[in-house]
Amino acid sequence: MVEATSRGREGPIDSPALKVERLTKRFGDRTAFQEVSFTVAPGEVFGFLGPNGAGKTTTVRTLGTLIAPTSGSASVAGIPLTSDNGPEIRQRISIMPENPGLYQRLTVIENLQLIAGLYGQRNPCPRINAALEAVNLTARGRDLCGSLSKGLRQRVALARALLNDPAVMFLDEPTSGLDPVAAREVHDLIIGLRQRGVTVFLTTHRLEEAERLCDRVAILNTTLRLVGRPDELRESLFSRSLLVETLAPLAAPGDVFNSTKGVESWQTEGESSYVLSVADPRTIAPHVIRALVAAGADVVSITESRHTLEDVYLQLIDEDPEVSRR
Amino acid sequence: MNFSFGRLIAVLRKELREYRRSPFIVGTMAVLPLVFLVEPLVIIFRIGPSVGANAVDRAVGSTFLLLLVAPALLPAVIASYSVVGEREQGTLEPLLTTPLRREELLLGKALGVVVPAVGIAYVLFAVIQICARLFARNAAVVSALGQGPHILAEILFAPLLAGWSIWVGIGISARASDVRVAQQLGTLSSIPPLAVVALVSFNVFTPSVTLAVVFALVLLVADVILFRIVSALFDRERLITGARAQRPSSGGGHVPPPGAVRHIPRIGGSDERRDS
Repeated sequence: MVEATSRGREGPIDSPALKVERLTKRFGDRTAFQEVSFTVAPGEVFGFLGPNGAGKTTTVRTLGTLIAPTSGSASVAGIPLTSDNGPEIRQRISIMPENPGLYQRLTVIENLQLIAGLYGQRNPCPRINAALEAVNLTARGRDLCGSLSKGLRQRVALARALLNDPAVMFLDEPTSGLDPVAAREVHDLIIGLRQRGVTVFLTTHRLEEAERLCDRVAILNTTLRLVGRPDELRESLFSRSLLVETLAPLAAPGDVFNSTKGVESWQTEGESSYVLSVADPRTIAPHVIRALVAAGADVVSITESRHTLEDVYLQLIDEDPEVSRR
Repeated sequence: MNFSFGRLIAVLRKELREYRRSPFIVGTMAVLPLVFLVEPLVIIFRIGPSVGANAVDRAVGSTFLLLLVAPALLPAVIASYSVVGEREQGTLEPLLTTPLRREELLLGKALGVVVPAVGIAYVLFAVIQICARLFARNAAVVSALGQGPHILAEILFAPLLAGWSIWVGIGISARASDVRVAQQLGTLSSIPPLAVVALVSFNVFTPSVTLAVVFALVLLVADVILFRIVSALFDRERLITGARAQRPSSGGGHVPPPGAVRHIPRIGGSDERRDS
């Protein structure tokens, strides 16, 4: 793994890795994103989710000083986001775009030498070797990038993003188009980055990826819809519930569930299945079982209904009129 | 963060490596000068020992014109590919995510074109001089080719004409959205300075050291101004997104109120509470 010694990691101590306040970007009459505010702590893996055209990549480009915001303010790696600070910010961050953007006629090492040179590294060999080792590409260093598969090119792009040992790393759809094994390797690399204290800003469409890797996620759809830990988001959108299945439909389910302590509400799901809204599934489940047995029901199963981040995402996005306009 | 020659060199090294790995680019750069070599040699060798001074002047003028066409034309196509080509192959964005300044990128790219173009021009000039001394039948031709003003003009004008073509080409490349259009415009743009060279070569102006220096200075100033203009034209945002940064308009598009938190009904919520 690349050692955390370069200038990329130096910066104001205790300041947020990213602080975004009411940031807006417009292209003429089209609004890419508007009034976006959030803070990312150092060492945090922050997921940025949203449908196509939601403004995720534009946000990354704005924070990466590639494009200027229309209004609002931000600090990146402790440095205020201004056009004058662009080179200094870019020295401390790295961005891995969705398209690896490698020079096909150059070898892997030559591609990395170019970027190391642009970061002002005078003796880049050890760092290049470490970056290649981190992405398991040491053996392919002398191959032309044009001869590599998409997955390998993506890994080269990741190695390139590691070269300056960034304080904040922006990964734009890093596993896009990768097979499960290659995606798993990228996940492991992101976990490794978090363990080393690198702040990772991850945009992704893969919700299971965000749930697995991210400390917090934000859901963007031109404006920011939600920010929080995945479990917080689940709880904010979905009541906790128990899924009850009986062998035969209950004759009077209302009598059973309405009188059971802790059941806030219930609804039928299927012929002999019921979803009970409860505050604490583990405490309430025994009461429900007793009530069902007392009512003479044959209980097949009773399980806590678990909502994934995908449920949260779909709940938010499906009801969003912005999506239907795209 | 100041201008860095290290970053400029990194861009230059990448450019030269790409040429080396691209047989097509190297091939076209090598073939075209052969045309510029053969034509002047034919002109020089056809002049017999008894040909008059006017004919010799015209022949030498044509030779120098052709020799200076090479550094003006050779870089035009490559320079006009430089930015739009990076954009098309998706390599521009990763470059711009580094601390690289636009001046460093542009100068690195320009040097990457000027080095081979001027190198080829000087080699052509040397070959012409050697061939003339060895095989020319008219001594006046050899003498005219070796005159100080002519040599000075070649040394000065080759990089300066190349500079003109390169900056115009890069400027077009920074604004163009299509490689083919950029390359066609780049080739056309190299013609104006050649008109000046043609006037000198055909003795509309009498070649002299002073004239060569004056023209060189004019070209130098033009190159510097072009560099400044091209730097200003290099719009990072436009190159990445295809759109220029604009001030906020009153239109706004279809956007919900900022910061609005919509109420999302909970599944199994209060609507069904204690009923059914």
